Parts: sequence; structure tokens; C-alpha cells
Amino acid sequence: MFVRLPDLAGEFIEFFVDGQPCTARAGDTVAAALLAAGHLACRNTPVSGAPRGPYCLMGMCFECLATVDGRPNQQGCMIAVASGMRVETQRGARAVVVDPDAGA
Amino acid sequence: MMSAREFDVAIVGGGLVGAALAFGMRELGPRLAVLDEGDVAHRASHGNFGLIWVQGKGLRLAPYGSWTQHSARAWPLLATMLRELTGTDVALRQGGGLHLCLTPDELERRAQHFVELFGQDGFERYEVEFLDRAGVARRLPAVGADVAGGTWCALDGDCNPLRLLSALHDAVGREGVVRIAGAAVDRIEPENGAFLLHRGRSVMRAGRVVLAAGLGNARLAPMVGLVAPVVPNQGQVIVLERVQPFLPFPLETIRQTDEGTVLLGDAQADRGLDEATDPAVLAAIAQRALRALPALRDARVSRAWAALRVMSPDGFPIYGQSRTHPGAYVVTCHSGVTLAAAHALTLAPAIRDGALPAMVAPFSSERFDVRAAA
Repeated sequence: MFVRLPDLAGEFIEFFVDGQPCTARAGDTVAAALLAAGHLACRNTPVSGAPRGPYCLMGMCFECLATVDGRPNQQGCMIAVASGMRVETQRGARAVVVDPDAGA
Repeated sequence: MMSAREFDVAIVGGGLVGAALAFGMRELGPRLAVLDEGDVAHRASHGNFGLIWVQGKGLRLAPYGSWTQHSARAWPLLATMLRELTGTDVALRQGGGLHLCLTPDELERRAQHFVELFGQDGFERYEVEFLDRAGVARRLPAVGADVAGGTWCALDGDCNPLRLLSALHDAVGREGVVRIAGAAVDRIEPENGAFLLHRGRSVMRAGRVVLAAGLGNARLAPMVGLVAPVVPNQGQVIVLERVQPFLPFPLETIRQTDEGTVLLGDAQADRGLDEATDPAVLAAIAQRALRALPALRDARVSRAWAALRVMSPDGFPIYGQSRTHPGAYVVTCHSGVTLAAAHALTLAPAIRDGALPAMVAPFSSERFDVRAAA
């Protein structure tokens, strides 16, 4: 689907999408790495459940939300991928953690 | 001489108040016109929080408590009608609502408020449950540890106000009601028992005119012998990102929409806050929200907005028919969502039939008449 341009350098690194190892290039954003690895959809919308994936790639559309290293609702296009990074696709809205002892 | 378009009734204002009134008169079809200023309007309807709220209202004007309860009771019918007529679900919930008191002092003042409210002659009383922190936590496990308590009322609820506005306009449009958008009414000229409405170079004639123009009513009402001394009162709202449902009922200052976003406002902004947008106000709203619900601490802010409430001198609605120019009405309030059902199902049919209902007599604009007050 997406093919890397031949004139781009950068070492290949390994990261994980839903626990599966994938290859990215140092300097990729998470969104670009997802697309290059063939993950066109990285979430389902909370409203209709439709699959969505990276679109504007510049921080405006919030379509590329994913869980990155345990942090939900991260904009993949605004974060550089890193070696060993764990990206999880996101089903619906993120949760808020309701801790009955919060603030105690 | 240019001939004017003719209508039986013209409603000036296409916000929640004007749209609810048009809904209640929609069978007039093409004999009814709704004049909507367009996107330059202040549009309180686009800034509101979406509560259908009863508890605590009516201090210093007991009939306002009754009117509010009347509307809350009529809301399920309005929501059903809108769904059947337009297919739109306005996400009505009326399973109760919670007012949180962060400090013992706030809780004490809340209790005092209800003593005074319920002690008024003729106040139509309803059940309010006083909760300490443990009582709040039973209903709301996510509540913060240092919240003092709160009040619960089963009559309270919320809806999606943007879908409400669009569904009202949709239902009205289906009946052939004429919607004229894009220009404010400059001048209203009484003429032989009817009214000429001037908009730029165009003019239209209506047998009756209903002013539902929000802040614009202050300017328009005196043209037909009415007064509506409303002023803007700014409220600010913070919108958080969508999160999974965690708040099954609205708080007076925090609610989660049916689509997952969380709105933070604060009733404190009801009083005395008519300054420009202020980051300090937003910070205070966020701080109080985090004390109420610490679980929100890592939820991100999507946006924030300020909108102008339409506030009368005593904070209550104004409903009046002109004595000098019968057939001219003024309708204004700052609870366009809560009162939408009463406006659509009670007030509008009465205006269509030529008189205000007895229930709204206490809200006459004549209470602001200097001579009446003297």
C-alpha cells in the first residue's frame, strides 16, 4: 500500500503494534510507521465504531489516535517512533481510571 | 411601492427559544416565519451546557420553580415528538442529577438555600436528597476524597443541545414554516394592528410578532411597547476528549455527553462573570472539576469556549404581550434547554391562540417597569 521513498536514510528499528513486532525507520512518526507497516486503521471511533487511521499527518484531525506505551489517545503523527515502543490500536474511547481511593 | 411578504406570525430569533416556539406553532406552516440572524449572532444556543435542571431554582420567584418543573415533566413528550417527526435522538436523560459541594461551607450554604427556597409561599416542593460524602460516593464512586457532599434530585437530567436545536428546526421546516436567515431585524414598525419588520432593504408584514432574539430583545422590545432589559453574562466551558462512559448522570457543573466528551462548567460563573475570556477562570473550573472527579486528571482538554447568557435583571425569564401593541410578544430566558418543552408545548400554542398562559403571568416584563416598582 505505502512504499518508502528510496532516497530516505535512517536505520531500521523494531516496535510493536498490538504486541506484534513491526519495522520502522528512525525518524518516522508513529502514524507513518503504522502506515508503512500496513496498519491503515489504528482505532474505531467512539461514536459509530467505524475504523479510522492516520489522515492529515500534521496534528489537526485527531484520526490517528492510538495507545502509545500505555498512554491512550496519543496523536500518532505527533510522536516519533522509538525502538521497542508499544503501540496499541484503540477500540472506541479511552477509559478514565476511576480509583475509589483517588485523592485520599 | 414594494409589496411586503405576509405572515400570520413572525418569530424573531432562531435559537433554542425561537425554534422551540416555532415548533409549537408549526402547524401554521407557510404562514409562520422564523427570522434567524445567521452566524454573526451571539448564539447562546451554541454555547450552552445541555442540562435540564430543576433543583435549586426559584428562590425569590416561586412560580419559576413550578414553570421549570412543568417543563421538565413535558420534556419526555418533546423528545418523543422530535424522534418521531425527525428521526433525531436528542439523547434525553432524566434519571436525576447531582449538585456537588466541595467544602463543608458550600454544603451548609446549599442546605440554607433549600430552607429558603422551600419556605416560600406557594413553592411547589419536590424531593431533594442531602448527601454527605459517603452518600455521594454511593451514587458516584469516582467522587474526590475531599468533597463535602451534595444534593440529588430525581427530576434533573440533560440532553444533547445541538441536536435539540437542529431537530427543532428540522421539524419546523417539514411543516413548510419559512425560515429567513442572514440578516438581523433592524426595525419593527407597528402598522394598523400588524407589524412591519425591516431587514436591510427588505420588509415583511406579520399579524403577530414574537421577539425571541436573546440579547437582541433589549433593542427590539421598545419598538413594540415592551421592555426586555437583558444583558450578556458570560459562561465558560472546557471540553475534554472522548472517554468511555463513566458518568451515568449529570452533575450541575460536569457532564458527559452521549458521545463521550466531558463538559466542565461551573455554576460559580453564573454570578458576576461578564468579563472577557479569562484563562484564570478556565483554570478555576478545571481545578474544581479535578477536586470533584480526580479520575479526570489525565484526560486531555480538546477545547474551551465562552458564550453569553441572556440575563434579565433578576435572572428570571421575561414573557410579555404588549399593552400598547397587542399581538407583540417578548420571550427571553437563560435556560433555553430546560424550558424548551414548556416553550414548545405550552407557551407557543397559547401565543398562537392569542394570549399568554396564566402560568407565565408572574414573568411579565412589567415587573421591570419603573412606575410599577415605585
